[in-house]
Parts: sequence; C-alpha cells; structure tokens
Amino acid sequence: MYIEVKDASKNYVQDGKEFVALDNVSLSIDKGEFICLLGPSGCGKSTLLNALAGFEKVNSGTVKIDGKEVTSPSINNITIFQNYGLLPWRNVQKNVELGLESKKVPKSERAAIAQKYLELVGLSGYEKRYPKQLSGGQQQRVAIARGLAVDPDIIFMDEPFGALDAITRMKLQEDILRISREEKKTIIFVTHDIEEAVFLADRIVVMMADPGRIKSIVKVPLGSNRNRTGENFLYVRDRIFELFNMKADEYIEYYI
Amino acid sequence: MKKLLSLKNVIISVAILILIWQLLFSVSSYDKALFPSPKMAFDALVELIENGKLFENIRTSMYRFVTGYFSSVIVAVVLGLILGRVPKLFQYINPAVQLLRPISPTAWMPFIVLLFGIGDVPAIVIIFIAAFFPVLLSTVSAVGNIDPVYLKVSKNFGIKQPALTWKVIFPAAFPQIANGIHLALGTAWIFLVAGEMVGAQSGLGYQIIDARNNIRADILLATILVIGIIGILLDGLLKLVEKVILKSWGGAA
Repeated sequence: MYIEVKDASKNYVQDGKEFVALDNVSLSIDKGEFICLLGPSGCGKSTLLNALAGFEKVNSGTVKIDGKEVTSPSINNITIFQNYGLLPWRNVQKNVELGLESKKVPKSERAAIAQKYLELVGLSGYEKRYPKQLSGGQQQRVAIARGLAVDPDIIFMDEPFGALDAITRMKLQEDILRISREEKKTIIFVTHDIEEAVFLADRIVVMMADPGRIKSIVKVPLGSNRNRTGENFLYVRDRIFELFNMKADEYIEYYI
Repeated sequence: MKKLLSLKNVIISVAILILIWQLLFSVSSYDKALFPSPKMAFDALVELIENGKLFENIRTSMYRFVTGYFSSVIVAVVLGLILGRVPKLFQYINPAVQLLRPISPTAWMPFIVLLFGIGDVPAIVIIFIAAFFPVLLSTVSAVGNIDPVYLKVSKNFGIKQPALTWKVIFPAAFPQIANGIHLALGTAWIFLVAGEMVGAQSGLGYQIIDARNNIRADILLATILVIGIIGILLDGLLKLVEKVILKSWGGAA
C-alpha cells in the first residue's frame, strides 16, 4: 500500500472537554487514486488530512506514506488550502516559483516551469499580476500551479473550493479532475459537498462525527467522463445520501 | 484635482495660523523683542539662511537624527523579528520592555550626558531610545499576527531559516512594522530637539536655547517653524518610501 493509516486516534482538549477528532481510523490508498474524505464538520476529515500532510501528529496509531512514517510536511506532498495561501507580495509567477527556489532549481529553468503549470491551470498571461488582482478561483488555480510546479507525489486538498461560488467551483472541479489524470498524481481531497465528492473521487471515504470515524468507503465506478446529471452519477450520490440518513422516508418507501 | 484641493487647504490653514499670530501680536502688551510678529520671525529666518547658521544646524541635527533613527529601526526590527518568533523568550523580556517604555527619553538625558558628555552622542542616544520601543513592539506583534497559512505553506515548500525570515515573515509582517516605523519617526523627531536642548552645543534644538540666551525670540520662533516643516517633510518622505515598497510588493497591505 502506498498510503497506510492504521488505528489512528487523535484527541483534543477544548474548554476542558475532551474531543475525539479521530477514533481508530484505518485507511489504505493506492498510488494514483483520487480519494475524497467526505463528512460533516467535526468528523475529523481535516485532522486526518493534516496527519497525512505532516502538519499534525496522531496520538496513537501510525500514518505511513511509501513505507515511511509521516513526521513533518514534505515538499513531495503538497497541501492546497481553502484560503489559497498565496504570498500577496509576490506576483503570480514568483508565487509559482516559490517551491522551486527551495528545490534549488536554477533561475533560468524556474520561469519555464512556472509558465508550463500556469498554462495547465489556464492562467498564462497572468504572470505579472498580483494575487490581490485575481478572483478567488484564479487564486486557487495559482496555488494549484504552485503545488504542481514542484512535481509532488501526492496533493492534499483541504476544502480547496469551499470559498468559491458554485459555478466557479464546478469549473475548478472539472479542471482538477483533468489535471489529476494528465499529471497522474495521488490526490486526497477533503470536502463536505456530496456532489463534489461523487464528481471527483475514485473512492469516497465517508466519515462521521463524534467521535470522528470512517463510516464507509464507497467506490465510484464512473470512469473519467463524469456527467453531473447522468443516471449513474445520481445513483452513487443517492447511496451517499443514504449513508448520511439524509433521504426522506417516503422517498425510500417509494424506492422499495 | 485632489492635490490642488489639499494645497488650497494647506494655504488657508497656514494663513489662519499667521493671522491669529499677527492678531495676538497686535493686541499683546509684551515687548516686541519677547513676542515678535510673523514678519519679524520671517526676517529672522532670512537672516539665519543668509549667515549660513540655519543650514549648518540643520545638517548637524539631520546627521544625529539619521544615525539615531536608522540604527534604532534596524536593531528594533531585527530584535522584533527574533522575539516575535520565540514567544517563550519574549514573555521574559516583555515586562522589562513595558517598564522602560513609558519613561520619557528625556529622563535619561542627564544620565547620558554624565556618561558620554555633551555632543552628538546624547542626541543620538535619545533618538535611539525614542524610536526603539514603538518599532520593537510593532514588529513583535506583527510577526505574531502573521496568517498561519503562510507558515504552513513555507513548511510545506521546505523554506527554512534564514530564507523563511526574509522571504516570508518580514514581507508578511511589513505593513504593520511600517506602522511602527512611521510612528517612531514623529516621536524621534520630537525628542531630537529635546536632546539637543540639553545635551548639545549645536543643532536646531541648541539654536533655540541659544536664541533664548540672546533674547532673540524672532530667531527662536523661526527655528520652531523650521523644525515643524522638516518634521512634515520627513513624514512625507517616509510615506513615499513605504508606498514604493508596498507597490513593489503588489500592494500587500
């Protein structure tokens, strides 16, 4: 297994009350998979992502990537944040080059790499703009280009489209799906949007809160051409709704 | 248009000030040598320019100011960047800072003169003290207020010290640090005059004392005006520098 989480538990003490963010969570992920961690707030999906990305440590259990225990963030596994995390004093190109600087890529090559990935996310011509001058969707595209520029093995995405409007969000979902196929990256994507998860994932890890745990892992056998209104899509979406007990009772009766 | 309007405001404002001064002069029963008219002060200013005394004193004062202010800003920013990243250390230093901060820099004056004698050093030290605390505290707080996502991104992309400080922490904190630097400029300029009145035999502050000793109130008031004007110019210059830096950083503020 490429990514292996075994019996991971994590508690916080908040206002004197103990809060179980992760309760004995185990999960295996293959190389190249697109995994969505789906669940309501407090289900531990972000905690699990942060543990995988190396930003947080679990209290017990193990988190391994490629056989090695995760202890700190690594430039091989890039995290995309909801609020983009672009450096506002750097222009778009300099932002994309950020990771290349620590990788000691020569200056002459950096520009070409930045160019390549800005083109991939549809932002060529924006090199000299500053983050402030871009829309939220464009800023997240820059962050994605910045992540891809260092050629990571895994991309962690923590509700990356959560702050965007619905149309922009769908456009970015299509783009990230395309990019994940073209670049063959392993992607772990946190979301609380059921449709987003069904549209993107090869497998959906459905999580529940209090304590944070995995309720079920749902395979999404929809291939690479996904149609939001297609029958198969709706079928998978319905299954997820059922898992969250969110289908109206009469609807279920009608179904039976 | 906006600039023209503000120029109009300045002219009106200054005109009102001179008018009130002239009015007070007309109704006052003080000796002319003790309470001169605007015209007399202006004549004194021309006299000071012509005999070269004014520019000599400005040069002396500016040398002290620039030395004291810049060395203070540099030391305070560097210390602030370090202390801001090590809150555990700062919590032991902060009480001492809070104890020293409310003390007027002039209170140190006799002590400094005892140690260093009369001359450039006391004025420079006073300016250093005056600028130090606002810059230090604003830098520490600016570093503490940096959006944590910048630090997460830096960690993720393998940015280590010292690159972390100059690539991420300093620019992220700069707008708030600039506030402190700006605030300190005004304070430092105020205390330059105080420092020179007590601890020097030259400079604009001393020129005021010298004018008093010679009962030349016209020179005294002319000097005060010059001090005010230089203060405004310094402030404008710093605003310009800030603007240029922020602009080159894409208006990060």
